[in-house]
Amino acid sequence: MKSGHFLIVLVLACLTAILAACLLGSTPMGLSQVIAALLGQSTDADNIVVWEIRMPRALAAFVVGAALGTSGAALQGLLRNPLAEPGVLGVTATSSLFATFALYYGLAASSPFLLPVYAIAGALAATALLAVAAIRIKSVVTLILIGVGLSSFSASLMSLLLNLAPNPFSLADMMNWLLGSVANRSFLDLQTTVPFIALGLAILFVTRRGLSALTLGDEAASGVGLNLHRQRIAVVLGAGLATGAAVALAGAIGFVGIVAPHIVRPFVNYDPARSLLPSGLLAGLILVLADIAVRLMPTTTELKLGVVAALIGAPAFIWIAMQRRVTND
Amino acid sequence: MTELVAQNLSVFAANLSLLGTASLSLRPGELVAILGPNGAGKTTLLRAMLGLLDASGGSSLLDGESTATLSPGERARKISYLPQRRPLAWPNRVIDIVALGRYAHGAALGRLGPMDAAAVDDAIDACDLRLLAHRNADSLSGGELARVHFARALAAKAPLLIADEPVAALDPRHQLRIAELIRSFVDSGGGALVVLHEVALAARIADRLVWMNGGKIIAEGSPRATLTAELIKDIYGVRAHVCFDAHGPDVRIEGSQAGGKI
Repeated sequence: MKSGHFLIVLVLACLTAILAACLLGSTPMGLSQVIAALLGQSTDADNIVVWEIRMPRALAAFVVGAALGTSGAALQGLLRNPLAEPGVLGVTATSSLFATFALYYGLAASSPFLLPVYAIAGALAATALLAVAAIRIKSVVTLILIGVGLSSFSASLMSLLLNLAPNPFSLADMMNWLLGSVANRSFLDLQTTVPFIALGLAILFVTRRGLSALTLGDEAASGVGLNLHRQRIAVVLGAGLATGAAVALAGAIGFVGIVAPHIVRPFVNYDPARSLLPSGLLAGLILVLADIAVRLMPTTTELKLGVVAALIGAPAFIWIAMQRRVTND
Repeated sequence: MTELVAQNLSVFAANLSLLGTASLSLRPGELVAILGPNGAGKTTLLRAMLGLLDASGGSSLLDGESTATLSPGERARKISYLPQRRPLAWPNRVIDIVALGRYAHGAALGRLGPMDAAAVDDAIDACDLRLLAHRNADSLSGGELARVHFARALAAKAPLLIADEPVAALDPRHQLRIAELIRSFVDSGGGALVVLHEVALAARIADRLVWMNGGKIIAEGSPRATLTAELIKDIYGVRAHVCFDAHGPDVRIEGSQAGGKI
């Protein structure tokens, strides 16, 4: 399949999945009913189900997937390793730690923008730390281990916050962040986070050509004219903004940023630059579908999206790690 | 005419002198080979000349502009650089790797402009990669990969080429192959600065030899003027026999300085 066709198929699949997410659920609705509701011409109840509940939820899943998938592809291009991803590198963990901190001290209540700002600050702190480490340390494996360490450290601080949680309500609130979910998201939630995600993704897309050059290694990449310094800052900033805002919207959802680029790469001839857009679309598609599955599963307590993503993603991570053909460390 | 001139370049790292006041120039039409033992400062000299490494003293000027302040793109359009380590992160297609040589000209993989496509085509033909053009890099042998990297450097169509051990770990046939490619690049008007460990090969293809040891340039001149058993003993610490005959220069390493058997 040519990469152009691949993109068209992905876009159509994403649109279909978002429409399906509006169709399926505890209250079954027919296609014509949903289309009428989408146009605002159905009963008030239908309009509310589609526009207030299902649509924002499906869009949130898609946007979070797009942010994580694109950030994953960009970080993999920058660090030249298929295992780099916001989740594995500890970016999502640090980001949710900062977000939980804001929740814990009630800061999040003062402004709807404060939560995303904290989550983004956490994500930027983590990506910046990794980028600084990447400059000083040549081994990518070491870098990933640093990410794993960062992830564990954030998780332990998170446990500390949970341990000190003032009451069961805030405990439940925090658990939601840890597990990752897009349930009950509104258009207001989207409004406060999507601008940051859009800005982050825009930075990544504008600077994506440099990721192709990095295929050759840092030294040869600067040899062919890449400004390494600027490229690193762009990816750190872009991935940090997008991941942080995604965490603010849905909590910690891992591994989708690894799986999507891995599937995409053969279709774009392993070019990191061209893998960005399809990785974002595919990761969005995966999360929309996973969220439909979560909603349809007949469990008494609804499964969390992040849990399902990790259940599928973690084994995929191990499989990809075992498949590696190129060794560059 | 593009000209790269290093004046009294020196590099210190952690109070250690890696390079001491080296002066060297490169212009189109000449092939300059740098020779010297491991750790002599050859790579450091190249990197400092390119401005990839901050020099502690001295200057490196590309057409009168300091390479330290030149933008990576401007430098890349004038000097094509083939580093010693060439790790590929992904199993890309050969044609795409070669096309990365056009990065400084604004080329993006998958949609090359006519100028870029023509340059990539020329480089692929020059390095005899036509049949491999759509193969993935992880299916190539070491010799084939060396040609791919060299084609990538040629595709830039830069007037100057700096290559760090371009023939390392290649069999004799592939070594000659790459050497011929460098020579024909120079014969067609380019200027090349190449680090080599193969003394005889360097003496055969280069116009000028630069001998380094301990971070310093020890000798510089034509192969005939500088290639002597004396100098090889001083620099590499081995006994050698040097002769110039109808086939060009020849070097036979006869044993270690201590007089060992091997």
